[in-house]
Amino acid sequence: MMFGDVPAPLDVDPARRVLGLETEFGLHFDAPQARAVTPEEVAGHLFHSVVEWGRSSNVFLTNGSRLYIDVGAHPEYATAECDSVTQLIEHDKAGERLVHDLVEQGERRLASAGLEGTIYLYKNNTDSAGNSYGCHENYLVRRRADFKSFAAVLLPFLVSRQIITGSGCITRTPQGAHYSFSPRADHMWEGMSSATTRSRPMINTRDEPHAHADLYRRMHVIVGDSTMAEPTTFLKVGSTDLLLRLMEARIQLPELALANEMNAIRAIAHDITGTATVELADGRHMSAADIQEACLEAVTAHIGGIIEPSEEVEQIIDLWGRGIAAVRDQNPSAVETELEWAIKLRLIERYRERLGCALDDPRLARLEMAFHDISPTRGLFNRLQSDGLVRRIVDDAAIEKAKTEPPASTRAALRGRFVREALASGQDYTVDWVHLKISGADPKTILLKDPFRNVDERVDVLIAAMSA
Amino acid sequence: MPQTTSSSSSFEDDLPAPDAPAAPAAQASTDALDALLDEIDDTIQTNASQFVRSFVQKGGQ
Repeated sequence: MMFGDVPAPLDVDPARRVLGLETEFGLHFDAPQARAVTPEEVAGHLFHSVVEWGRSSNVFLTNGSRLYIDVGAHPEYATAECDSVTQLIEHDKAGERLVHDLVEQGERRLASAGLEGTIYLYKNNTDSAGNSYGCHENYLVRRRADFKSFAAVLLPFLVSRQIITGSGCITRTPQGAHYSFSPRADHMWEGMSSATTRSRPMINTRDEPHAHADLYRRMHVIVGDSTMAEPTTFLKVGSTDLLLRLMEARIQLPELALANEMNAIRAIAHDITGTATVELADGRHMSAADIQEACLEAVTAHIGGIIEPSEEVEQIIDLWGRGIAAVRDQNPSAVETELEWAIKLRLIERYRERLGCALDDPRLARLEMAFHDISPTRGLFNRLQSDGLVRRIVDDAAIEKAKTEPPASTRAALRGRFVREALASGQDYTVDWVHLKISGADPKTILLKDPFRNVDERVDVLIAAMSA
Repeated sequence: MPQTTSSSSSFEDDLPAPDAPAAPAAQASTDALDALLDEIDDTIQTNASQFVRSFVQKGGQ
């Protein structure tokens, strides 16, 4: 039974946007008898404690997020609905810690099954065989009839942003190895489509807004690299959000449509000098830095107008400009504490000099894996960060809080509170992005279609009944 | 204090190059990186090839 009337959607400032990040983690069990166990079984042991309290390996947490095992036995964390980029970083980082917290018990369970070993979780995008998994960005946008042509305007930006927000990687080819901007680029097959595992588009156009369908759509960007460096994630989401603001205000952006997105994304990824040009639909040729510069200029022109100035906006613009300059000047050291491809390149080059080896040496592949290891004590990225070699955007206390507390000003606040109360009451319940449901003899379901609504009388009544 | 040095000694001929005040920070950063590499060197070098090859998982989305 549906419980109460769905309230009218809130009238929301166009500058407010719900943001979310979904991260698929690489799962690696290192043990002498590792071959005796499949990744699915390892994932099962890893999620045992989750299943114990949540009765499922697909759960929503008190911070409003979703934690589950995705296709290919990848642990996945989807942040709750955030409404600022900084807050999103806190929740994304909280997800790394929550997933890491499962490791100890997973290893204990494997050991008691006779499989003594170590579980590694990587926030990266490829395994050693070249299989890829993703980091998906969600931007709530206002619905319009021409969604596909609207979304297409974003493609040149998404194809070229890897020169600033790519995670960086060593690419191995039969001709030797080279350093590339993005590990994800080689796994992209088309600009837009509604499929994901079959064809891998850059924007997934499946119409699944998780919100009032007459008002909203979800811009589901699946071309980005998973990033561990807070400033890189901040720039990745922040720059995309700013560009979307112009697009939603129907500002004409510079004409940058590419002749072939799939060719362009590869050409850009594999040219670390940033000088390679790609062909535009109108026959011109531009470098990734030129395209990014054009996007940055378009955004900058509207600060103080459509884009209200703020400290966050200022930081995004500053890093965006410095990131482009570092590529133009071929000077990665200018951003080596902020942008992940440069942070990782510095580490790899320093270690390569020490070993006196070629870039395709397996020890450097091992170093890359150590970089993405999410363990706070063992992971190299985390070690670099705690040694002060990577700039922070948020602090540890905020990340710890985000492990249990939902964002206060979105629907996540209602979901988080409901999950907390339902667990405390011991009642059977189910939750998804738009539903809260009490099961049992007298089932009640609440439909939450407004992602901005953080206060709802129906939820208050349901919670009161639950704890009575 | 680099800032004090550069402002109070601006009349001296043997001034360090203008970008020198940043050098100690850069050196400290490189030292920190090297110390970290020292620490992890054994782990990275041990069975690196086999460790890397053993991480194979199906693709995700």
